[in-house]
Formats: sequence, structure tokens, C-alpha cells
Amino acid sequence: MLHNLTIGELAEHLATGRLSSVELTRHFLARIERLNPALNALITLTADEALATAAAADRRLAAGESGPLIGIPLIHKDIFCTDGVRTSCGSRMLDNFIAPYDATVVARLKAAGAVMLGKANMDEFAMGSSNETSYYGPVKNPWDTAKVPGGSSGGSAAAMAARFASFTTGTDTGGSIRQPAALTGVTGVKPTYGRVSRFGLVAFASSLDQAGVFARSAADAATVLKAMAGFDPLDSTSVDTPVPDYPALLDAPLKGMKIGLLREFFDGLEARAAALIHDALKIYTSLGASTVEVSLPHLPLSVPTYYVVAPAECSSNLSRFDGVRFGYRCEQPKDLADLYKRSRGEGFGAEVKRRIMTGTYVLSAGYFDAYYLKAQKVRRLITDDFRAAFLKVDLLIGPTTPTPAFDIGAKIDDPVTMYLNDIYTIGANLAGLPGLSLPCGFVDGLPMGLQLMGPHFSEAKLLNAAHQFQQMTDWHNRTARGYE
Amino acid sequence: MADWEVVIGLEIHAQLATRSKIFSGSATAYGAPPNSQASLVDLAYPGVLPVLNAEAVRMAVKFGLAIGATIASRSIFARKNYFYPDLPKGYQISQYEHPVVSRGSLTVMLDDGTAKTIGITRAHLEEDAGKSLHEGLAHASGIDLNRAGTPLLEIVSEPDMRSAKEAVAYMKKIHTLVRYLEICDGNMQEGSFRCDANVSVRPRGQEKYGTRAEIKNLNSFRFVEKAIQYEVARQVELIESGAKVVQETRLYDSDKDETRSMRSKEEANDYRYFPDPDLLPVEIDEGFIATVRATLPELPDEKAARFASDLGLSVYDAGVLSASRELGAYFEAVVAELGTAHAKLAANWVMGELSSALNRDNVEITVSRVSPESLSGLLARIVDATISGKIAKDVFEAMWSEGKAADVIIETQGLRQITDSGAIESVIDAVIAANPKQLADYRAGKDKLLMFFAGQVQKAMAGKANPAQLNDLLKAKLGGAA
Repeated sequence: MLHNLTIGELAEHLATGRLSSVELTRHFLARIERLNPALNALITLTADEALATAAAADRRLAAGESGPLIGIPLIHKDIFCTDGVRTSCGSRMLDNFIAPYDATVVARLKAAGAVMLGKANMDEFAMGSSNETSYYGPVKNPWDTAKVPGGSSGGSAAAMAARFASFTTGTDTGGSIRQPAALTGVTGVKPTYGRVSRFGLVAFASSLDQAGVFARSAADAATVLKAMAGFDPLDSTSVDTPVPDYPALLDAPLKGMKIGLLREFFDGLEARAAALIHDALKIYTSLGASTVEVSLPHLPLSVPTYYVVAPAECSSNLSRFDGVRFGYRCEQPKDLADLYKRSRGEGFGAEVKRRIMTGTYVLSAGYFDAYYLKAQKVRRLITDDFRAAFLKVDLLIGPTTPTPAFDIGAKIDDPVTMYLNDIYTIGANLAGLPGLSLPCGFVDGLPMGLQLMGPHFSEAKLLNAAHQFQQMTDWHNRTARGYE
Repeated sequence: MADWEVVIGLEIHAQLATRSKIFSGSATAYGAPPNSQASLVDLAYPGVLPVLNAEAVRMAVKFGLAIGATIASRSIFARKNYFYPDLPKGYQISQYEHPVVSRGSLTVMLDDGTAKTIGITRAHLEEDAGKSLHEGLAHASGIDLNRAGTPLLEIVSEPDMRSAKEAVAYMKKIHTLVRYLEICDGNMQEGSFRCDANVSVRPRGQEKYGTRAEIKNLNSFRFVEKAIQYEVARQVELIESGAKVVQETRLYDSDKDETRSMRSKEEANDYRYFPDPDLLPVEIDEGFIATVRATLPELPDEKAARFASDLGLSVYDAGVLSASRELGAYFEAVVAELGTAHAKLAANWVMGELSSALNRDNVEITVSRVSPESLSGLLARIVDATISGKIAKDVFEAMWSEGKAADVIIETQGLRQITDSGAIESVIDAVIAANPKQLADYRAGKDKLLMFFAGQVQKAMAGKANPAQLNDLLKAKLGGAA
């Protein structure tokens, strides 16, 4: 079936004319129409635009143009601004917001010829780990619709797992790509901070946000990342360093690679989950890699550190949603204060408000030093721990999440329990490191993810290691029942 | 009344003369239709990011070097958070703990001729806000974001000034400096140069500062002076009546000439400053500083000192002529033609006739109707005694209105001075003959009548007699005087 072909296979079919992008697009649109009602993975479907873009891609191909993504369908997380298309960020606040420009990521993929099918559901303003904070309702996990798909890029992950597109985009501020990738059994890449432009990505926490990709495999992710990554003069925090040819580096042998096993990630990890990681290590050992145990002593502080830094930045980033220039505005404001209070009070959901209030508190006079400044110091210590570890090993390995997907409704009323779900992923964001989650088996019939982390700008190495693992296993080819 | 000492510190906002905004590519031109110079970045649309304009940094460094300040090798932009409709992001990007410029100073000349050095704590880069428009809209306010994101250099002084006049002298000096450096157009009507004044009083001799009030948004030198004077009187009166000054922000109402409370310290915002994660720290190395230093013009103090030492001007004249780069350039162009020996004459004319004509007709010196070359042509005729200084003023007026050269006017109007002693003597004889009583009085000791006779002679000769020559001849003819 078309939806199970790799991007490379599809590109070949498109190039030879055996398949048209319009056909491929219709195939995915039909699939979405049939299967999405049970999942709620999309907020906006842009079928007409998609068919027009696909027709344009077919013309490019017919004219002899070649490119790995020409005519390949994708779904963008609804956090990326898309010119002329609603960009809701999962919030009532932006339910009426038609973005007047394309995010750099969107523009680059558009230029590469990829075909946008629609915009994926997400936790409101990317704040959540279960996709339950969305104004558009929760997304269901294709493996079990009573379970969450993870978050905040839950719609993108579920759409990938359900094969609604050849790839989907996401953003990862504290695990928002890797955690849902793990819970839905797909491959998710969170690049190094600064590797992919943040321009046009509705900001949650500017020093942590990073755009990335969900794909069927590391090989597909490598193709997409190559098109997304690179310096952008519109984003001062993007880094001007060359983008490696990720697909060309996938087959490098792993012999001699040193893999660090993160001791802190196994404290209290359930035996069945731990066993999957050890199985994965055996594969890496068989490929010639050696493993050593490493410790990041400050890593256990990453969750409290994150929940100071991220809310602080979000409290400021979300100030622009004031009902004045765009987005939700309350009915009949009495005066300016009323306009602000009701527009924000009615436009934002509970989790967003909780984080704005937390962030405002930690930045306030008298609390700044004890919270924000202290958190920044701990962040530095965590970064230093990683740096020290990467002097000894090439990659770090561990589980992406402590458990498989949990029930919808199980944690939504207990923020702290929910926050702890990101315990293994937040470290990479605080240190700005790249991370990747790939499927490594099942617990209770639900997928589990193996997480790889590397030094800054080591995406090629991560994709290479993930690809080699996927050459030896078929976890990434498994699909949920009904989504084969 | 007890002896009160006034303590003043100023925060001057100078709008930097960059073509585009500090964090977006929008134009900064003044007076465009509302929101026609507001990009998505200025409007704070979701997802947009700021990109620092390097030119604004260069200008800030230029200012720092001109006041002998420390240029930070690493400065940081911070967010100042508060809600207001003219602040689209809900925060202003400014610099807080790590400004680009710190610890400089400036010397001002006081009225009594003494010099005083004023410390400058810091100068930092920030973006301006937009404007709220309340006129012509029923039940609504408009927002114009053209100004939002315009680069400002906020220059913060030490509390070193002790009177409203000192504060004005300091502000004028900064005004001169930023225009010299060509980093600000200095236009106060358009708000390109404005200040907040922190004012307090304390009994003379007391070390501890009194409680201060901050007067916001003063956009003329006169308002600065009047607002401070009013505020000082208000504070002294409060204290002497047994009340206390409260720390607050006040506004100056120029119509009523008074300041009034805007908000108290308790009502003040908690701005929750933190480093802006969208912008990298600004790294400035020695090479960059050297490049900027090489572009520094001769500064006002250096120019004034040169005018005084090389051209023999008084400290006052040197100060006036170096107060703007254009005025100094004009003066120097005149001297270049006329010769340094006549610098004083050139100074008098540039500060006198020329300046009053420019002021009267509201003309910029750079487009003066009398060029430096023309003016020196006129002054050369005074030097070579072709015309008198008095006649020269008439010639200047004719040059100003007709745009002709001095020599042309002198010739066509027959203004050439009469130096023929015989001609002058014959008129003197006639005047003396016609005024026997005055002659007798003069000879009896009324020296002042010399002026009367000179006046009568000039009247008869249409003012063309060489004044010095006339004087000598008159004295000789009248004889007998002291």
C-alpha cells in the first residue's frame, strides 16, 4: 500500500511516472477521511490546496525536476504558521487566526515540493504531554483509542502512526516530539537547538523550542531533516553551520562506537521497559558498539528546572495574545483592563493559564533569584553533566518514557504526575542537545521508545545509529490494528 | 526658607538615526500614515522573531566612545514585561543588567563660566513603543505602530546636577553630541530627543538623597527647566509644611506649568526583566571598537578648544561656534577664505548677522542664502576698508535678499567708502560752519559732541566716510578738545 512505502520508494515511483503526486495525495486524503474521525489527529484539512500543490509537483516532476520530497505529502503541527491557512496552536485564542506568512520550516518544505495535507492537533500552545489540553479535543492513540498519543505533538505522532502522510512535523520543548513518537511507535527527531529555524513557530519557550520531524523510519527522517535544517537569518538563535547530508551518512558502520547507558534513567524503571532497552543494547553490541554506564548527577533536577524556565519564558511569549491585533477578543469589552482580562481569560485554557501564572511568579521581584536564576544555574550544571559525558561516549541511550501510553483522563487533573512523564526527555532540551526516539518493542501491546541523545549537531550520528538498529529490527514497520 | 540643595539626574532618550528599526526591517521615517511602517515583527504576530540591527549597536558604541565610557564586550537584551496596547509584544526589548555602554562622563559649561563634569552611569539600547490615538474615534482608541521598534539609546546620568539650569546645560550638551556623531537628528518636536528627570531636594550638607520624583517625557529644554523648577518648589513647600515627598512618577503639564502625579511607587509595574531568549548576547571586540573609533568626528569640546587656542576666540565664542557641527563648519569655511588673522571678525558675523538672519527666516545653515564664500567676500571689504562695518550690515541684508555678491552690491549701490581726506574735510568744514553753538560747547569741554559732528558729516555723506579717518580729521578741525 502507498502509505506504507518509504519516502525514498515514493520518490522513485513519482520520478518514473508510475505514480502521480495527485494520486498519492488522494490516497492519503481518503485515508484521513476514513480513519481520522476515530483519532481527531487533525485540526484543519486542506484538501483542495493539497491537490493543487500535488498537481504543481507533478508538473515539476514532468519537467524533469528531481528532489527527494517533490510531491511527498506531509502534515504540519498546527504550531507552524502557514500562509493563508488557520494556525490555531490548539487554542481558542487562535481559532480564528489565519497566518499571513509561512514559517521558515513550512517555506523550506514547500520549496522542496512537499504537499501539505493539513494541520495536526496538539496540546494548547504545545503545553501538555497527552494532547488533552487542545481546544479541539484530545487525540486518540491509534494503538488503543482509550489511550493518549502523548504530547504536545500528539496529532502529528498519531497521524504518522496511522499513516495519514509520509511524514509529519512537530516541535519539542521538553519532549514533545520524542515522547509522542515513543507512545505511538514512530521515529521522532528533535534536532539540536539552533539546527532548525524557529521563525514562524508560535513560541512557547524560546530557549527550548525546536522543530523536528516524525517519520516511519530514521531513513525517512534523515531525508526530511536535511530539507528542514539550516541557518535562517530571520532567527538569531539558528546556527550557521553546514547541514550534513544525513541520508548519505546512514550506513556508516557502528563498530567502535561508544554508547553510554544513563544510570539515572533506570532508577525505578519498570522491568519490562528496562528489558526492552537491554535488548536494544544487545543489538548495538552485535553491531560492534561498546556500552558503558554513565551518570548525569544533576539530571534528576531537570523536571523542576524545566518547570521554572519554560513557564517563565511562556508567560512573556504569550503576552502578545491580548485581544488587540489578532486572535480571540471578548465580546463588548468595557475598558482596556476588561479587554485584557476577558480575552485572555476566555481565550486560554487551564494548563496555559497555570503556566503563565507560574512563569509570572518565578520572574517576580523577590522571587526571581530563588527560582529563575537558580533554575538557570541548575540548567548550566545539567549541560555540563552532558558535556562531561560526551567526552567519554559518542551517544547516550535510554528509554524515552517511563511507561507506555496511559489512559485518556488518567493524569490530566494531576499536573505534577503529568509533568513527570517528560522526565527522560527534558534534559536534552535544557542542554540544547539533539535527541531521537525510535520504536523498540511493546509493553502491554503498546509501543515503547528507545531514546538516543548526542552532542550538539550530532544528528547524523543519531540517525545513523537509529537506521542501523532499524536494519536489524522491524518494530518501526509495525502498525496498529486497523491502520495496516 | 532653609537652604535646600537640589539633586537632579536625567534619563535621555535619543532616537537613533538608523534607516530601519532595531529588530525589524521596517522604515523609521517620521510622519507616515498610521501602521504603514509596521511589519509583522512590529505587530508582534505569532511566530515572528527579532533580528538586531547592527547599525544601532555601532551608533551606541560611537556614543560610548565620545563620552569616554566603557564599551561592554558582552551586553545582553532583556525583556521588560508590561501590558499596554502600544506595546504589541507585551514586553519591551531593552537592556537591563548588562548595557552596551557604561561609566562615561561629560563636561558642561555653567553660566558663571565654570566647568562641571556630569557622570553618565550607562547608555543602553532599547526599542520604542507605538502610539495610542484617541482623537476622532468614537468609543474606541486607535493604535499606530509606526514608531514601535524604533531604536532608542537611553542615556542615564548620575544624580550630579544641582539646578534646573545645570540639567538644561547637560541636556543641551548631549543634544549637541548626538548630532555631532550623526546618531540622532535631535528633533524634539518629533520626539527624537526627550528625557525623564529625577528630582529630589535635601538640606544642604546632608549626604543622604531626598525622596525623588520622576518627571516623564519632557521634550523641550524649556519644559525641562520649568518642570524641574516647579517640582523643586513643590517638594520644598511639602517638606517645609511638614509633609513628605512620595516616590512617584509625575507628568509635566506645560499649559498649566505644573507637574502632577501619574502613579506611585506602590502602583508601579513589576517589569519581570529577564534575558530575551530570542536574541544572542551582543559581542563587541576591540577590532569593532577601533573601526568605530576611526569614524569619530572632532568632538564639540575638542573643536571649541581648537577655536580658542588656534584662532584666539573667547571661550564663549568658541563654545557657541562649536555647538553644532554645521555651524562650526560654516565658520571654518569663512575663516579659510578670510585668513585666521580675522577669525574674531568672522566669529562676530557668523554669530551675529548670519545667525539672526537664519533664525528670522527659519533657514538651516547648510542651505544658507549667503554662503561662507560670499560672507568672507563681504568681510574682506571691511578688512580692506572699502566699506565700514555699518555699511556692511546693509550690504549683508542685500546679499541675503538678492543673493548677489558683496562687491556687486557695493559697486551698483555706490557704497564704496570715501577715504579722500579732501572730500571729507570739505564736508567737515561745512558742518562746523553750520553749527557754531555746538562748536563752542565742544571747545568748552563737551567732548561728547564729537559724536554729533561725526553723525552730521556721515549724514551728509550717506554714511560713506571712513569712520576712523573721519574721527581723526574731525578732532583736528575742531581742535582744542581734551
